[in-house]
Amino acid sequence: MAGTENTSSVLAAESHQVAIKAFRRNKIRNYRLLSMPALIVLTIGAAGPLLIMLVYSFLKAAPYGGVIWEPSIDGWFGVFLKKDIFDGTISIAAAHLSILWRSVNLSIQSTLLALILGFPTAYFIATRPVQTRNLWLFLITIPFWTNLLIRTFAIMQVIRDQGIINNFLIGWGLIDSPIEMLYTDFAIMLGMTYVYLPLMVLPLYASIEKLDFRLVEAAYDLYATRLRVLWRIIIPLVRPGIVAGSILVFVPSLGAYVTPRVLGGGKHLMLGNLIELQFGQGRNWPLGAALSIFLLCVVMGALLIYVRVAQRGTAEHV
Amino acid sequence: MSEVQVRRKQFAVRKLPGFQTTAVLCFVLLYAPIAALVIYSFNAGTNIALWEGFSLKWYHVAWQNEQVQEVTIRSFIIASVASFSATSLATLAALGTTRTENYRGRTAIYALINQPLMVPEIVTGVALLIFFAIIKTVTGYHGLFYLMLAHTAFCIPFAYLPIRARLEGMDISLETAAQDLYATPWMTFRRITLPLLWPGVLAGAMLAFVISLDDVVITELVKSAGQDTLPTYMLGQLRRGITPEVNAISSALLGVSILLVSLFYILRNR
Repeated sequence: MAGTENTSSVLAAESHQVAIKAFRRNKIRNYRLLSMPALIVLTIGAAGPLLIMLVYSFLKAAPYGGVIWEPSIDGWFGVFLKKDIFDGTISIAAAHLSILWRSVNLSIQSTLLALILGFPTAYFIATRPVQTRNLWLFLITIPFWTNLLIRTFAIMQVIRDQGIINNFLIGWGLIDSPIEMLYTDFAIMLGMTYVYLPLMVLPLYASIEKLDFRLVEAAYDLYATRLRVLWRIIIPLVRPGIVAGSILVFVPSLGAYVTPRVLGGGKHLMLGNLIELQFGQGRNWPLGAALSIFLLCVVMGALLIYVRVAQRGTAEHV
Repeated sequence: MSEVQVRRKQFAVRKLPGFQTTAVLCFVLLYAPIAALVIYSFNAGTNIALWEGFSLKWYHVAWQNEQVQEVTIRSFIIASVASFSATSLATLAALGTTRTENYRGRTAIYALINQPLMVPEIVTGVALLIFFAIIKTVTGYHGLFYLMLAHTAFCIPFAYLPIRARLEGMDISLETAAQDLYATPWMTFRRITLPLLWPGVLAGAMLAFVISLDDVVITELVKSAGQDTLPTYMLGQLRRGITPEVNAISSALLGVSILLVSLFYILRNR
């Protein structure tokens, strides 16, 4: 009697366990189902086409755009090299390299300029009284949410030959003829700094806000100068923010399309413009696809560093 | 006043020389070009460099321009559709990924949702151009649906983030209580979850709307002939140089964006 009772209670407990497990499985399945519609749209409208593009980069270019379904590595070949049409000699595609160099160079320059301007700004915001900090942050983010094209137009009007800066300088008699700024590499660099500056300030602010100022105070007590405190205490402590901000500015700069098109005047191309060209006048889709994937890989590499640093950053602060 | 406070007064620990000046300069640099653009949109003259008195003339010209009307309407249609569908999808996804146990595949779902934020726009645009070119030859359909799909996809992460943030701050015991009282899952959602989540949903919708309205790169690559939106129309007008009319359109669009983003912040902090 006692034995059977025992077995039945064990059985009951087991079936209870099974029911709980089934309930849990069911719940998780529902969670997954809830995300499904969004995932489908994202797969069709964003992630999936990247794979098709990868396939296209290994096909042959059709003469009037599009592809011929024949395997070929011409697309990838064309990223850095070119073949002479007449004698077939292979040489380095100097035009592509110079565009690539301009992209990297200008992106680094605008990242540095954004850091020089953004660090003091983030520091300033982080050291305001708590009640006003949100207002300052709001002022930083507002331009970021407004149209990138319009902000580029705005910069364009300031640096034009008859723009505000030149009119001002001529009006004061400091220069006789306008300084040519628009449609130069400098203009692109300035424009990218301008449009991506908020991306530098926000992560920097997040780091500086967590800074323990007792360490700064201790350094001053030990007779450190202001410069030494900045170099030896503040900058090492907010390094995660510096790296995060730099990558967040560098990545969109590298893939910029609108800013170089508007401020470079179609003569100073960057990687984004070179890619677009292959689908417009260039009519070399495989090359365009290969260049896009190349850009994507560089960006993913940079973001990987960002994730690593961000994780280390949170681990240090917890 | 304690001794420490007295010393703080004498020696500002947090101050660094030149930082405040740079910060103020930075804010000025950030707003001065935009301010100049808005001010000159009210210029009466044809030359955008010379101030010839206040006038709403260029707003009137832009308003009367049929092409501008057409692209504006198209922009707003796409932004409304994209914002509505992205927000709906993002709300469901947020419910499926927030306040749950850490089940297998959740990280992958996060990654896919945030994917449009990580891939450069030009790359997504080119990939979509290739993909839609295939579909266009197969189906022969050239309508606005492609743009709506593309906009919905890249708006999803922007709608998702504020909704998720709101959801994370919500107490799940209210929903558990409703279910204890024999509410059906739908009733719980309709009467408890959604009303509490609503500010987050609205905030997400507004952000998605602004993002869709402002998009240039993906639209420029995906659009068929005659499907210009307001930003791509403005980019196309650039060949003729910046006219005061473009300034007026820019200022109006700027106003819409700033209004929506301000509403977004108000809703988020509620």
